[in-house]
Amino acid sequence: MYHKYDAVVIGAGGAGLSAAIKLVGKGNVAVISKLYPSRSHTGAAQGGICAALGNCEEDHWEWHMFDTVKGGDYLTDQDAAEILAREAIDAIYELEHMGLPFNRTPEGKIDQRRFGGHTRNYGEGPVRRACYSADRTGHMILQTLYQQGIKNNVTFFNEFHLMDILINNGRCVGVTAIDIKTGELHTFQTKAAILASGGYGRAWKVTSNAHACTGDGMTSAYRAGIPLMDMEMYQFHPTGLYRIGVLLSEAARGEGGILRNAQGERFCERYAPTLKDLAPRDMVSRFIAQEIREGRGAGTDKDFVYLHVDHLGKEVIDAKLPDITDFARTYLKVEPYKEGVPIQPTAHYAMGGVPTNVNGQVIVDQNATVLPGLYAAGEVACVSVHGANRLGTNSLLDLVVFGRRAGIHASEFIKTVDFEELPSNHEGQANQLLGWVNSGSDPKRKEVAADIRKELQREMEENVKVVRNEKGMTHALTKIQELKERYQKVRLQDPSSKFNTERLEILELGSLLEVSEATAKGALERKESRGAHYREDMLNRDDVNFLKHTLAYRSEDGGVSRLAYKPVTITRFQPKERKY
Amino acid sequence: MQVTVKVLRFDPEKDKKAHFQSYELEADPLDRILDVLHNIKWYQDGTLTFRRSCAHGICGSDAMRINGRNRLACKVLVQDIGKKIQVEPMLGFTIIKDLVVDMEPFFAKYRSIKPYLINHDVAPAAERVQSSEEREVFDETTKCILCGACSGSCPPYWANGDFIGPAAIVNAHRFIFDTRDQGAEERLAVLGEAEGLFRCRTVFNCTDACPRDIPVTKAIEEIKRYMLYRR
Repeated sequence: MYHKYDAVVIGAGGAGLSAAIKLVGKGNVAVISKLYPSRSHTGAAQGGICAALGNCEEDHWEWHMFDTVKGGDYLTDQDAAEILAREAIDAIYELEHMGLPFNRTPEGKIDQRRFGGHTRNYGEGPVRRACYSADRTGHMILQTLYQQGIKNNVTFFNEFHLMDILINNGRCVGVTAIDIKTGELHTFQTKAAILASGGYGRAWKVTSNAHACTGDGMTSAYRAGIPLMDMEMYQFHPTGLYRIGVLLSEAARGEGGILRNAQGERFCERYAPTLKDLAPRDMVSRFIAQEIREGRGAGTDKDFVYLHVDHLGKEVIDAKLPDITDFARTYLKVEPYKEGVPIQPTAHYAMGGVPTNVNGQVIVDQNATVLPGLYAAGEVACVSVHGANRLGTNSLLDLVVFGRRAGIHASEFIKTVDFEELPSNHEGQANQLLGWVNSGSDPKRKEVAADIRKELQREMEENVKVVRNEKGMTHALTKIQELKERYQKVRLQDPSSKFNTERLEILELGSLLEVSEATAKGALERKESRGAHYREDMLNRDDVNFLKHTLAYRSEDGGVSRLAYKPVTITRFQPKERKY
Repeated sequence: MQVTVKVLRFDPEKDKKAHFQSYELEADPLDRILDVLHNIKWYQDGTLTFRRSCAHGICGSDAMRINGRNRLACKVLVQDIGKKIQVEPMLGFTIIKDLVVDMEPFFAKYRSIKPYLINHDVAPAAERVQSSEEREVFDETTKCILCGACSGSCPPYWANGDFIGPAAIVNAHRFIFDTRDQGAEERLAVLGEAEGLFRCRTVFNCTDACPRDIPVTKAIEEIKRYMLYRR
């Protein structure tokens, strides 16, 4: 089926909806989403969204910008960080005006709480900057933005899976997607496509991410010849529920929760004397890894530590942390009122992704050359506002600030151009891929997708996680190559066209393999430790050789063909040693 | 432990009628029912079809009828259910395939109550002021994840396809009692129609079914009282 829209947004989480709302009335707009919008993974975010409102104590956007840059271990592009911190304030008020039910101060203003790495006066101590709605801030943002979409009669194509980004004469001219309900391929011709399709946490065994987070948007861009930037920069959140990885918000520590090892020691204060448990996530994850490595982990396998909120009292827990304590009860049968909750680092967030400029326009090389008509925002994108490590709450902020900016820029762009024609045989690549998946019913195709996925997740967990080294990453790349070969023989048991989720999972696995390879390759070649990318065989940050962004390009037949490097934008803050 | 899972199957391309199919497999007592369904799909029968995403009770994709009660498959563990597990699509919805039901009529009802803040005043430069006490009034109903477990457990909803259902009413509650909102009358007009609020027979199934522990029946009663006594 064929559709024609001035703008098409792919993904209906925080970034996609923010963009779509800004396009309302500026042209006809469609939003394509793999899930119903309210199912998007934005809804799983918990703790808060930072802005220097100063409602609870003195705060300035410059402090927020500094924390973002330092938190990113100076790989953050500072022009983008400045926009993030400045526009945060207006973005929060806009959300409040849309109806977001923030928790309130005694004066009835938006309440704010502490969060990891957010400080007063350039690092002096924690500051109350995170606006929040209990521990379901992401849920409330997603609901509020979806509600605005409904109010503004946005056209949604729910349960559509992105296949290809179509490029012709140097412009993005549309996308193809399959309607999951019918299995039919649709082409959307457009002047502006906005990718807002999220991350790929499902590449790891233990993850906070939804099953839907499989890097589809990144992969479609990558296959269309667009590089992926800084894929080695992947965040492991320190407090995932033991074994299953479900997120327990940093807000638990923001409210005074602490981490303890098997001996009951509050180990964070040994590593980060000023911020202690509220040091940035990359660091706290490493502290945990080190405690476990040195035998101070808890449990029979000594492979977890405890998150304690029991000293905060029932009232604080129920008012401010109801959901995460419920997770501990439901999944581990642990009572957080009384005891520590077993946690371990969990794959959480891609700092890297499809490179863009501060308007959300996708760029394709180290000179920041724009690909007209294609935008990206949110986790799928890399502005780069998070650098080598994202601070807590800055993801929700990124969605709203850069989602809006992409929507606003696209709404101007679509006024200035006509539709460009589609490339010949524009459904060819998608049909070829679908045909190949469907031929998986051939008895010669014996590989089981779940096995390949499981082996990939285990490999990434072991060798491309919190602590990395050359041997492990090389092993991972070899393993991924082997899995890609086996993937060519993957079987399909369900031949039907309607709501075929087996076929969908096979397509998603293909994406996971592509983005994992780019991640491992970028990591292997970044011969330093910076932010979330920590190498035990190269412990120091190397600003002389690696204060730059990695761009990974795909070769025609799959695999990373080459890496290029793009300079980091530095404006106000020169790189310094990162201590907390 | 060994579990037996009976699933109500329906393939729209083959079946005239839904039928049960049984699977035997190993499960850990701490496995979610969703994990069990995945293990069937991934290692026994790739045709088994269901929705899921977040796997921890936040996205609302995997509401289904498990041993006779609507729950999220990701929020109930094998040890909570036992060795005999029966899984069916929710009642009151049309089956698309296996456990996947048509959510469109459900979302249409949600949209009908105008689920967005209505405020005709010019917004202030900063936030609108609201006290913690004012916010507390509608706190519970902001938790709704639109999974459909409440509506799908509601006998009047089963019996009458036009009944607006508890989920839409919960979302109306979220705005009617928000001091920043000015759209209460518009919503009450919708809820006051024949297929609206007063179709509720106070069965409490919705409250039992809600995976977010929203006191759904209480919210419905609060709107009924507000509608009757607001003048």
